[in-house]
Amino acid sequence: MERIYLDHAATTPVDPRVVEAMIPYFTANFGNPSSIYQEGQRAKRAIEESREKVAELLGAADAREIVFTGGGSEADNLAITGVARAYREKGNHIITSAIEHHAVLETCKDLEKHGFTVTYLPVDEYGLVDPEAVREAITGQTILISVMHANNEVGTIQPIAEISKIAHEKGVLFHTDAVQTVGSIPLDLKELGVDLLSLSAHKFYGPKGAGALYVKRGTRLRRLIHGGAQERRLRAGTENVAGIVGLAKALELAVAGLDKTVPHLVELRDYFIKELLARVDHVKLNGHPTKRLPGNISVSFEFVEGESILLNLDRKGIAASSGSACTSGSLDPSHVLLAMGISHETAHGSLRLTLGKENTKEQLDYVLGVLEETVTRLREISPLYQRQIS
Amino acid sequence: MYTEAVMDHFFNPRNAGELADADGVGEAGNPVCGDIMRIYLKIEDDKIVDIKFKTFGCGAAIATSSILTELVKGKSIAEAEKITNRAVAEALGGLPPQKMHCSNLAADAFHKALAAYRQNQSKSAPAVG
Repeated sequence: MERIYLDHAATTPVDPRVVEAMIPYFTANFGNPSSIYQEGQRAKRAIEESREKVAELLGAADAREIVFTGGGSEADNLAITGVARAYREKGNHIITSAIEHHAVLETCKDLEKHGFTVTYLPVDEYGLVDPEAVREAITGQTILISVMHANNEVGTIQPIAEISKIAHEKGVLFHTDAVQTVGSIPLDLKELGVDLLSLSAHKFYGPKGAGALYVKRGTRLRRLIHGGAQERRLRAGTENVAGIVGLAKALELAVAGLDKTVPHLVELRDYFIKELLARVDHVKLNGHPTKRLPGNISVSFEFVEGESILLNLDRKGIAASSGSACTSGSLDPSHVLLAMGISHETAHGSLRLTLGKENTKEQLDYVLGVLEETVTRLREISPLYQRQIS
Repeated sequence: MYTEAVMDHFFNPRNAGELADADGVGEAGNPVCGDIMRIYLKIEDDKIVDIKFKTFGCGAAIATSSILTELVKGKSIAEAEKITNRAVAEALGGLPPQKMHCSNLAADAFHKALAAYRQNQSKSAPAVG
């Protein structure tokens, strides 16, 4: 059976052109970039060329503002803990939102154990942070604000440039987790105006285990990993040369393809949402109707549970995800859906489909049929649905 | 993550539905946790002559409900009421650890249905669903 992959917010397949660019750095150019002989210097050159490419594609002022990491989560950890430790003398207050990725939320929770206080800003029903609420939360102790560019579950895109401006008016550093937007929508650091930005290669058809943190010149950071002078002393450890080369190549391809992929995904997304809402009752769209990632479809089906939908879809060849407790690995459903004011019951019935460039309308038509049939069947045995209609 | 038996019962649930003239109905779980199981019983001469279930929940919740109905159908009350959540999970070849507490409540729902049946008997009133 042909598999239909609709979980691109989780990860993407590596583009064959990216694999091709990476291969020499596993074999012929295997040298340690810190070594002075030719093999090492070839690897070193590849890293610096990748750094320049990434800086240029993101609109950074200087290649030295790009720090390669082991992924998006590490970039988030480095940004938040790195700033917190470097600016501890200045203050101990951090502002973030209730719907951040766990890489941000758990890093903040950890800092709370070490003398920092954290404000978790609420979001509205669409998952939007109010920039004025950010302004009001800033105190004389605030050293960092971290708000994600777009949410991984519901796809809502935040007014980052606006929040960034407010932060700077008050002399506070601003970090954004852009793991879901880099390579997925047009993005220019000059327009966003952020001080720190996290990205992850495997979200845009690059390899896993490769990410980066943009650190605007003049921003101080305390490193997390000790033991070497790599990455301007900010990240010790022999560089993942092939991963870094792959990250840069993937970003180059993704950015070059945005003109085509963004309208393609928006069209597929809006078609799917419209059809689904017309064909299935008691289903609602999670997130903002227009301020959302091109490939993100997040819906909640009432009276059915997400994992049981996913198992049915998987059997019919479809890979997707859900924010139900059973799939979140905890007893609670998604913190994002709950923060948006969605009830536990409804959050358990959430389904996320995230589209990629290789998806087609024909595939979505098939998924619509399977989904309609699955939800109908599960509702037939659901005591909640019966209660609703009786 | 699930055994073949779980998948079989999930995709082909036995005795799904409800009984309009049930002698006892019991429910376990709650929608906040994401699992609700309701069991309908038809009892004649102290024997479970028919049983149906309705479940809102994950794969494990639906599979445990389904196999419970098979395990107790046709048995005497005395025999059937020995069933435990653990026995239900074992009959499925086991469940992932995180599912043992939240999604393995079918036996609880069954015991509640039996209690409702006994209450109905003592009042000799018709069953309420």
